[in-house]
Amino acid sequence: MNQKVAVYRKEHFNAAHRLHNNNWSNEKNISIFGKCNNPHYHGHNYELIVKVVGVPDSETGYVIDTKILSDIIKTQIINKFDHKNLNLDTIEFKQLNPTAENIAVTIYNLLRPHIDLNKEITITLYETERNFVQYPA
Amino acid sequence: MVYLTRIEHFNAAHKLYNPDWSHEKNESVFGKCANENWHGHNYELVVTIKGNPDPSTGFIFDVKKLSVLIQKHIIEKLDHKNLNLDVDFMKNKMCSTENLAIAIWSELEPHLPINAQLHCIKLIETSRIYVEYFGE
Repeated sequence: MNQKVAVYRKEHFNAAHRLHNNNWSNEKNISIFGKCNNPHYHGHNYELIVKVVGVPDSETGYVIDTKILSDIIKTQIINKFDHKNLNLDTIEFKQLNPTAENIAVTIYNLLRPHIDLNKEITITLYETERNFVQYPA
Repeated sequence: MVYLTRIEHFNAAHKLYNPDWSHEKNESVFGKCANENWHGHNYELVVTIKGNPDPSTGFIFDVKKLSVLIQKHIIEKLDHKNLNLDVDFMKNKMCSTENLAIAIWSELEPHLPINAQLHCIKLIETSRIYVEYFGE
């Protein structure tokens, strides 16, 4: 067997955030980000799907052990973001606006060093049921 | 008697934190939900009313009007807000899902027409956690 197979793991985290650009006036922030700019924050139930593509190992039959994948996601992502304020409580979004797009790219960059480079990974992040992003595009 | 349900949603920040307790006690009772800088949820609000359909319309209550009432009295006050800081009807209350459901009932009930009774406020905090309040 040397066909590539995609393996997916779903996790979730609940967090507060606010969309705000420090270089802009309050008026401009409100005009661009609307209610997402609320200075007291708002929040979401984020659903995270990590896709790992590779050839199943000849000895185990696994692309990746999903328990190990789950542990990596929990350690690198969920423990950092769950029940946190993304703007205030995380190093990653001290300067970076925590849009769904930027969160997905950040999650990719946090996970990439922990998964073998011969496996491709793709991040899908649902901010709400209706709004979700994917990286790499 | 027929039951009619309308589903709306809102996204909000909150924390579970009792100001009368020490930081340590809050953490021990509420765990990560006590995070001082808030966290948040996508809430689903399921409003069920009951009544007999009006013979001339076939409606208990025009569901579009029910949606407008929920939007005006509930969603506009909660959506993209901090439940602890921004919401007049949650001031000085613990922002648990239970208390929020009771408060939503109190806010909405006076605006319903006489022939339609509020039956249930179901508030879904996560896909695994929800509460139901029947006004009892």
